[in-house]
Amino acid sequence: MKYIDEYRDKALVLALAGEIKKVSSRPVKLMEVCGGHTMSIQKFGIPYLLPDTIQLISGPGCPVCVTSNSFIDKAIAYSRRDDVIITTYGDLIRVPGSSSSLEREKANGADVRIVYSILDALEIAKHNRRKKIVFLGIGFETTAPSSAAGIIKAQMAGIRNFYVYSAHKVMPPAMEALIDEGVQINGYIGPGHVSTITGEGIYLDIPKKFGLGVVISGFEPVDLMQAILMLVKQFENNDPKVEIQYTRAVKPEGNIKAQQMLDEVFEPGDDWWRGLGILKNSGLKIRGEYADYDSEKNIAVEVEPLKEPKGCICGDILRGVKKPKECKLFARTCTPSNPVGSCMVSSEGTCQAYYLYNR
Amino acid sequence: MINKPEFILLGHGSGGKLSHELIDSLFANYFDNPVLRQQSDSALLETESAHFAFTTDSFVVDPLFFPGGNIGTLAIAGTVNDLAVSGAVPQYLSAGFIIEEGLRYNDLKTIVETMADEARKAGVIIVTGDTKVVDKGKCDKLFINTSGVGKIAEKHTGIGSGRDIKPGDKIIINGSIGDHGMAVMAARNDLNIAADIRSDCAALNHLIKEALQVSNGIKFMRDATRGGLGTVLSEIVKEKHFGIQISEENLMINKSVRGMCELLGFDPLYVANEGKVVMVVDPDDAGKIMETLKENPFGKEASVIGEITEDHQGMAWLDTVVGGKRIIDMLSGQQLPRIC
Repeated sequence: MKYIDEYRDKALVLALAGEIKKVSSRPVKLMEVCGGHTMSIQKFGIPYLLPDTIQLISGPGCPVCVTSNSFIDKAIAYSRRDDVIITTYGDLIRVPGSSSSLEREKANGADVRIVYSILDALEIAKHNRRKKIVFLGIGFETTAPSSAAGIIKAQMAGIRNFYVYSAHKVMPPAMEALIDEGVQINGYIGPGHVSTITGEGIYLDIPKKFGLGVVISGFEPVDLMQAILMLVKQFENNDPKVEIQYTRAVKPEGNIKAQQMLDEVFEPGDDWWRGLGILKNSGLKIRGEYADYDSEKNIAVEVEPLKEPKGCICGDILRGVKKPKECKLFARTCTPSNPVGSCMVSSEGTCQAYYLYNR
Repeated sequence: MINKPEFILLGHGSGGKLSHELIDSLFANYFDNPVLRQQSDSALLETESAHFAFTTDSFVVDPLFFPGGNIGTLAIAGTVNDLAVSGAVPQYLSAGFIIEEGLRYNDLKTIVETMADEARKAGVIIVTGDTKVVDKGKCDKLFINTSGVGKIAEKHTGIGSGRDIKPGDKIIINGSIGDHGMAVMAARNDLNIAADIRSDCAALNHLIKEALQVSNGIKFMRDATRGGLGTVLSEIVKEKHFGIQISEENLMINKSVRGMCELLGFDPLYVANEGKVVMVVDPDDAGKIMETLKENPFGKEASVIGEITEDHQGMAWLDTVVGGKRIIDMLSGQQLPRIC
């Protein structure tokens, strides 16, 4: 299959593994920021191909995982209103909030619908004019532009019963916060899909300020092995910089049109990340001009008091300071079928990746 | 000749005149056989066997029709396969229908015809049945339950539990994985995907019988339905003193199934099949079992995909296409609802 088989070529992967082994002389810790990378690394068994000098650490790049319980609680509160239909990407419905989940509310009669695109949510809005359609806006620079496009489209089409509940976030503040907090890493495997939108510009501060390299990587085994090799070379030569491995998708300047759309609808604001707390300008808030489409400004709900699950170390895992196996709940009380923390729920979550592929 | 109704009405499940018309014109007509013809409250069966296998399964697939089959194909093949993989020879089936008021009569007719046809091909007869009609909105178009019995030879009674499995045994599957689950997904309108994928649903009892005839070394069989191949493999090793090693390179996945899985983020290992049997066999017999399977249309793409190992007890491991390793766990949660 084109664009897949050539990036899963065993001979090429093994050749890259040999090259990495040759180049790597000192222990190095590399963080894959993106949850998609974590999944791919575990799914293809990449750690078994790397020399002992290289340690891969998972980072905070799983949108569902870093989302706060209070966001889920508020979504649940919306879903309990008779006049609301919740539309969401699938992963989110199973995330436990303080005392319930959207999945449980759905079983209880709430109208919660899984969509693959915000455009499906707009269609639902068109066909249910008497209901308020709330789309749960989750994700980084990758999905935020489509939420922006949805809002712009709703405005153009005169759809007035459509709202976005935004927990959209941007990546760089989290990457910088980790280093500020003293998480020991030597380089970043940079997120591939985020970078298709943003380009390389958002990472340029990282080598300058912190002396760490960033290699923007694709998601297939050959991509990841090549990105690891590039980072190891940078580390060995003490030459940290931003490089793009994923050139077939990422342009240095990114997707300008998507950036403009993002800018048109959203503005930066402080936001809360699981494991990292409140990070300045790390969230995307809907601008005043589009306030009519902001669920928070239009639909009043009472939200239950916040409760975090006991014993869950998702926060430490998202900072990369602990591995899933160090959690007392992992694979015992916390499993993908009965998740306690968000890292076990999401198909990009570190705990789920380890549970499924590397227990 | 009775006038054929356009839709199923509540009255068709009343037990009265309409019910009888429906049963006579449709079920008794298409499923006709001497046992059913007795029209008693229970089917009276004869058998010479000392051991029986008995199984039941309900079918709630959405949509009712998909490329490669319909709910009727599944209702027969699913129960026939459950019997056959236990080492039994499927003989008698029951069929219970729960119909939503308003189902198109012609749709029901097509499904009943398909069931009769599948049963004939599999060499089983439908000897008893039931029909209920529920109010609109109380079930989704049509649910079917089938139960089945089959005789089982003394020497095959261990196949169901896999008690004779040991390290060195080979693991065989009779073809590509993931076809059924993705065919049903593609047939659902809400995804707007046009994919050229056909369900693999088929009764495998003849294929299995042929394999059992050439070898006494078949130690375990299971049809890899919901939960897919991955779930079957982890069931085989669960709480056992052996492990499984599978080679990803030897798994066959059709191109469009792979493409759709990539697109939707599914792992083909966990996507349902309805015409695939996993066998654990004595290594000395693997060659002749493979030859026999390959002669049957439902086994022509059979391959040895791995083996039972002494290492990593209780775990199934996969050698990935790129030379890495990972575990294969049971499917957690619900990957795809209502695919069978």
